[in-house]
Amino acid sequence: MTVDDDTVRRIAHLARIKIEDSDVAGLRSELSGILDWVEQLNEVDTDGVEPMTRVAAHKLKKRKDVVTDGEMADVVVKNAPFSEDNYYVVPKVIE
Amino acid sequence: MGKAAKEKTNNLMRGADGDWEVIVGLEVHAQVASKSKLFSGSSTGFGAEPNSHVSLVDAAMPGMLPVINEECVAQAIRTGHGLNAKINPYSVFDRKNYFYPDLPQGYQISQFKQPIVGEGTVTIDVDGETREIGVERLHLEQDAGKSIHDQHPDYSYVDLNRSGVALMEIVSKPDLRSSKEAQVYVAKMRTILRYLGTSDGDMDKGNLRADVNVSVRKPGAELGTRCEIKNVNSIRFIGQAIDVEARRQIGILEDGGQITQETRLFDPAKGETRSMRSKEEAHDYRYFPDPDLLPLEISEDYIASLKQGLPELPDEKQARFVNELGLSAYDASVLIAERENANYFEAVAKGRDGKTAANWVINELFGRLNKEGLDISASPVSADQLGGIVDLISEGTISGKIAKDLFEIVWTEGGDPAEIVEARGMKQVTDTGAIEKTVEDVLAANPEKAEQARAKPNLAGWFVGQVMKASGGKANPKVVNDIVKKKLGV
Repeated sequence: MTVDDDTVRRIAHLARIKIEDSDVAGLRSELSGILDWVEQLNEVDTDGVEPMTRVAAHKLKKRKDVVTDGEMADVVVKNAPFSEDNYYVVPKVIE
Repeated sequence: MGKAAKEKTNNLMRGADGDWEVIVGLEVHAQVASKSKLFSGSSTGFGAEPNSHVSLVDAAMPGMLPVINEECVAQAIRTGHGLNAKINPYSVFDRKNYFYPDLPQGYQISQFKQPIVGEGTVTIDVDGETREIGVERLHLEQDAGKSIHDQHPDYSYVDLNRSGVALMEIVSKPDLRSSKEAQVYVAKMRTILRYLGTSDGDMDKGNLRADVNVSVRKPGAELGTRCEIKNVNSIRFIGQAIDVEARRQIGILEDGGQITQETRLFDPAKGETRSMRSKEEAHDYRYFPDPDLLPLEISEDYIASLKQGLPELPDEKQARFVNELGLSAYDASVLIAERENANYFEAVAKGRDGKTAANWVINELFGRLNKEGLDISASPVSADQLGGIVDLISEGTISGKIAKDLFEIVWTEGGDPAEIVEARGMKQVTDTGAIEKTVEDVLAANPEKAEQARAKPNLAGWFVGQVMKASGGKANPKVVNDIVKKKLGV
């Protein structure tokens, strides 16, 4: 499977990764190579095989409905580039 | 789509060249009633200081892992039971990827291909007609944080207190055919959730909101292209948004245009919907199973045990009020809308006549509570007191008219109704001798009217009114009626 230049640009945009036009050709061939490699899995006949979701026989761990965390706003916003009154402050985003 | 929906032909919207059918599907987002969040141990409490109910999981700090809250799972299953839905013993959490400042993970944990609850139904009554509305699915997901845009000209402020709170997204089939039906559906959904105790349904706090899918078509034609109106947060706005969006689409189609499938926003101030173009390119959510979470597996025993513990649901309660207490379907529907109201009514009706109790609760009590803007929990008249008033009427101790005065006294001053009646001499006069005397006086004072009434017996009612007035409303109206007729010889 090969991807085209537009797909490379679209994937980059969706992932919010800035790429230069000069990067597109190289990324295209790398992504196509990865997909080709993974596609070898299609050669395996998986008819009637349940999808495997885990290697070991673990069950999903669950918590009780008890408040055990939080109440540390200053710690939460400590690494924010900007904060005020314990709000994160970010460039304006509005519909 | 249900059979009933297909056959539905009224509720059409008139356009310039003929009628249009409005097709509505709703995605209701209800906050799960729980103490802590879906995947972290921080509080779900409302109105806290910014970013106080936030753990490092909710803030998506690197290396933090989600652990599911078992009560949120139980609440989703209970809700599924309340919607007569299929509960899926195996469901999967997926990542829904998009970027927004109030979504620190860069994805929302949700359920995509395998939700916890499958198809169900909600029964609604609209204008005396009962309809079954299909539920497509219910899934669990995380809420996002909150962005505040009006604090600064160039910056938005982000509070993550809501981030990670559990939501149930309940998706209907496109079975609704008007704004009215959509409003009734949401109100009914809210009632069911509140009965179950799985969501408080508080729309003022944003704990219940809806995305509204609207399309129009000529009756019987293929489904048209739909638009999704995001995040409508009141039942009134849901109705308005559907009407203006349907009008907009009809206008475009009648002008020979085409509807573009898109996400729109309802602006109540301007009474219009408008495109949210920025959301369009983000629509590629690239869902994939969340590798931090194993599939959610629930045993049939657990599913059954939660069904055992369900309370009586609104439809069952309504049926019981009609069948066992003899109420009209309308009165029953009014009483069951809020569980607290239904409980109050049942306390009043216990051991008494259901219809009389319903009349007093609906007409006198609810009327008065509405006027004062009070909730039933703040009612100055308790169910015991109102029951006492109803007893005094049924025993014939007071007349219906005096009962209204008594209600007013109990409302403003409190006290035991029977004692008030005794102390203030409000007892109905059933002493026929005294009533006969009053009737004779009234007849003697109005000889001409008496003559007319003898000729035309239906004029006797005037005398009954006069006698009641003369007795200060305390005479037993039935006794007065009998004596007036006897004295007039009619």
